[in-house]
Amino acid sequence: MPEPRPSPARSVLGSLVLIGVVVAGSAAAFAYTAGWLSPERLTPWKMLEALAPPSGPALGHRRNHAKGICFTGVFESNGNGAAISRASVLAAGQHPALGRFNLGTPNPDAADASVRVRGLGLRIMPPNGQEWRMAMINAPVFAASTPEGFHELLVAAGSKDPNAIKVFAEAHPEFAPFGAWAKTAPWTGSYAEDRFNGLNSFIFTDSSGADHAVRWSLLPQAQVVPVTQDDLKKLDPDFLEQEITERVRSGPQRWTMTVTVANPGDPTADPTKAWPEDRRTIEIGTLVVSRIEAEADGPCREINFDPTVLPPGMRTSDDPFPAARSSVYAKSYDLRTAEAKDYPRTVTGPKP
Amino acid sequence: MNAIRHHFSPLQRLLHWVMAVCILTMLFIGVGMVSTVMPKYVPLVSIHKTLGSVILVLALIRLVTRFYYGAPPLPADLPEPMKLAAELSHYALYALMIGMPLLGWAMLSASAYPVELYGGIYLPAILPQSDSLRTLLWNAHFYLAFAFFALILMHVAAALFHALVRHDGVFEAMAPVPIHDEATRAENRSELAARP
Repeated sequence: MPEPRPSPARSVLGSLVLIGVVVAGSAAAFAYTAGWLSPERLTPWKMLEALAPPSGPALGHRRNHAKGICFTGVFESNGNGAAISRASVLAAGQHPALGRFNLGTPNPDAADASVRVRGLGLRIMPPNGQEWRMAMINAPVFAASTPEGFHELLVAAGSKDPNAIKVFAEAHPEFAPFGAWAKTAPWTGSYAEDRFNGLNSFIFTDSSGADHAVRWSLLPQAQVVPVTQDDLKKLDPDFLEQEITERVRSGPQRWTMTVTVANPGDPTADPTKAWPEDRRTIEIGTLVVSRIEAEADGPCREINFDPTVLPPGMRTSDDPFPAARSSVYAKSYDLRTAEAKDYPRTVTGPKP
Repeated sequence: MNAIRHHFSPLQRLLHWVMAVCILTMLFIGVGMVSTVMPKYVPLVSIHKTLGSVILVLALIRLVTRFYYGAPPLPADLPEPMKLAAELSHYALYALMIGMPLLGWAMLSASAYPVELYGGIYLPAILPQSDSLRTLLWNAHFYLAFAFFALILMHVAAALFHALVRHDGVFEAMAPVPIHDEATRAENRSELAARP
């Protein structure tokens, strides 16, 4: 090895300064990327803070849509979807399905009649592992057109100011269609009678490589009996869970899955904007729910219904929500799995 | 040939610098993606999983080359604490290069997420779903990432110290391209070798 050359003191000092600058600069770039220097950045953490009720989140539970019940069944794909997506899950066939009926509230003990938004999380598992997850709600459009707007809505909803929602609605006219639905749409007395809508736009790619912007929905095959919220308030606080358990025990419940294809120019980036009624709609299959299980020990408990888990042949569009939901759901999943002891399973010991 | 090698083999140097870029990219993507709700979240997560798998493969190849080619000795006059620090930090860097992708893969498996890489490639689950395991793995993956970055900063500082202050050939041993000192020494060595 060559002998170390003695450096003049001045050049040593300069070198040490240079080393310090490189290290400090790298650390600063890292801190900036992590968001530590940008308190205004909308992080998944901030979104969860805005979702939490004043008393704090329910530990061990999902941070939103906290009340729910698991189901299992099958997705019977009729093959029609193969015309617009090469996803194997859309080729004709039957695939195991696992899901969760839920209520759009951060409170797992909320009375069923008090929650306007109902949801359905679904995981369809074709044998090759190319699974499709989604989380849908019963509203026909979403309440906000951007994640930032949704955060503002959450802050307004959690505000002590009784006018906060009114102020938000005035500043955000895109909220109006959702607001009108929430006020005027009839309620139902059963998850089996609810229609669930994906709301977000996704891109399907067919076998020729052509892209199609789509939104999807689950239409109930059960007879829909409209009721008022006041009728529901007279029922047990858990009537939805009791009702669906009994109904499925007496026979499987079905939803027709439809995919609506956008025309060029339809708004794909904004889930507050419905597409015109005349758009091409394809029935791609049937969801058959054949078994209900309580969430605490049920198979949906440990599943994050992340809407960006898509098989090859489907991908996210310019709609900003699936990415935001994925990011926030992941944080919620981190937290609730770490808090599992706060939401005890009822069956102790190893699973049978 | 000389009995004592002064440089890492060209393959080791190539792996070192390619992986340096990959790992730094990976760490920045990691802290960036978990702090955003923007649309870039989806591609960032996809790149993170794919690049992580690439790094795991490269790290294993690199481990083999390290056993096969070894490493040039540190300068004899390097103080013992610095030698120890160099040796320990290299063990830690190898452990992290191989361990972090495995932790990430195991964490996704324990979360019942499909491990889908860019291009529709699916990796099998290496663990069953488990809340407690995923929490343990998540914490390990998260905190070790910061330890990894801190270690890389120390590694960079030490490399620059060797290059700019000590001029002792340690930096040149892993330099991406032959640099002046190295060429001069190589000439000296061939002159020596040419002597009867």
